[in-house]
Amino acid sequence: MRKVAVLSYGMTKVDKHWRKSLRELYGDAAKNALSSVSIPSIDALIVGNMCASDLSDQNNIGALLADYLGITPSMAYRIEAACGSGGAAILGAYTAVASGLYDYVLTGGVEKLTDGVGGNTVYSLGKASDAEYELFYGSSFVSINALMMNRYMHLYRTPREAFADFAVLMHKNATKNPCAQLPFEISRETVLNSDMISDPISLYDCAPVGDGAAALILCPVDLAKKITDSYVEVAGIAGATDTLNISSRSDILTLNSTREAAKRAYRMANVSVADIDVAEIHDAFTITAALSVEDLGFCEKGRFGKMLSSGEMEAGGKVVINPSGGLKARGHPVGATGAYQVAEIAMQLSGKADRMQAKDAEIGLAQNIGGSGSSTYVTILRRP
Amino acid sequence: MSVPRYWRNMPKREKLESKKCEKCGHVDFPPRARCLKCGSDALIPYTLPDRGKLTSFTIVRSAPKGFEKMTPYVLGVVELIDRTLITVQITDVDPSDVAIGMPLESVFRKVCEDGDCGIIEYAIKFRPAV
Ligand SMILES: [Zn+2]
Repeated sequence: MRKVAVLSYGMTKVDKHWRKSLRELYGDAAKNALSSVSIPSIDALIVGNMCASDLSDQNNIGALLADYLGITPSMAYRIEAACGSGGAAILGAYTAVASGLYDYVLTGGVEKLTDGVGGNTVYSLGKASDAEYELFYGSSFVSINALMMNRYMHLYRTPREAFADFAVLMHKNATKNPCAQLPFEISRETVLNSDMISDPISLYDCAPVGDGAAALILCPVDLAKKITDSYVEVAGIAGATDTLNISSRSDILTLNSTREAAKRAYRMANVSVADIDVAEIHDAFTITAALSVEDLGFCEKGRFGKMLSSGEMEAGGKVVINPSGGLKARGHPVGATGAYQVAEIAMQLSGKADRMQAKDAEIGLAQNIGGSGSSTYVTILRRP
Repeated sequence: MSVPRYWRNMPKREKLESKKCEKCGHVDFPPRARCLKCGSDALIPYTLPDRGKLTSFTIVRSAPKGFEKMTPYVLGVVELIDRTLITVQITDVDPSDVAIGMPLESVFRKVCEDGDCGIIEYAIKFRPAV
């Protein structure tokens, strides 16, 4: 297997892009990724997307984007793993480059949620759950996560305030991110007093609905060295799965897919959780942040609130968590989110994160979840 | 939902019929091709018990398509007396009276109507044990 590099990346701002279509959004991100490097060709396009079939009435996204970008006849396909589609696409691109089959692979993700009409967007996102046994009962993506949050609050006697404080930190971080959808500060009360969606999850516990695209170019490290000195290495990458139904898990508060993917990625990169300087984690809801931080190994089960309040998730702490503002405030264009995370970590490690920069970051991690933990993709990058 | 799709899941949704592992005794709901615990494919028919207690719940105030008229309604994770967990609706109770740990029993109920011309869907829900 060849060593693989993230050669370059590009992102659009996450927003309600009323004037942009799916293809234009990805086109903008790809153009940014391509403009900073000079490469002979794009050999393949592997892109993540979840909802285009439902909301844009479009399948065959791979060929559509290859066509729009003018890179036909290069091989192209789309990967769908719910909100984990972006991370899954990067894993696909990684294996394609590492194996030696392709040299320059354009990857990333794109999502156009605001073309959904009526309740279609929420319904489409809900399809990450088991349609025949969870959706059937009138559950949604929010209510499944609310079942986890209520259990967590009960078991660990954690008040809503502890979760609200994570949202507050994410909004603060997002004020430094030019691509963030919600770059404004909020208070604990903003969260606690926001509309209840599915108890105990209120509006400000949730990531917003938005459009966006992030593109990355992956290539062998040996080729990257000749092109730029700001590439970063993919040190470890892994995906893992768990049951779709949360009630089929031995413990509804353990994200086994995250534990397993993290374990494999740490082993592959030959690092431990203590070596991670900066991480972009999948905080689709504040409860998802808690479970993710714990199951990645940053703290023990039930200790999320404690770690947060002691400042261990910010500059000067154990690890800088979500300097981008996370899904909560950077935004969550579902099938693109995992690609934003990896691009943001690459940006951190190459020292180009401007006001978001985590000091002296050498090793970073991105964790991207599909469904309520039914799949997780963990990518670990290292500054060469 | 198409009629065949509804019809083939009736035993599972209306009677909680599933499979039990012959080798290790583990029960999965919904049924899998192999036991989630030990991986064996020696599975025998098994009907889940009709009693349990509430492990977690949520009050749905913003509902997905088709359930808008029913808000607020309660979704729960129920631990049955054989320790199997299932996700179902909790019914016949004021949402503000629902509490983790409360004893529950199964009851046959309407779940939703599939539009004006679609089928009416039924399934097992759970209510406070009487
Ligand atoms: Zn078994």
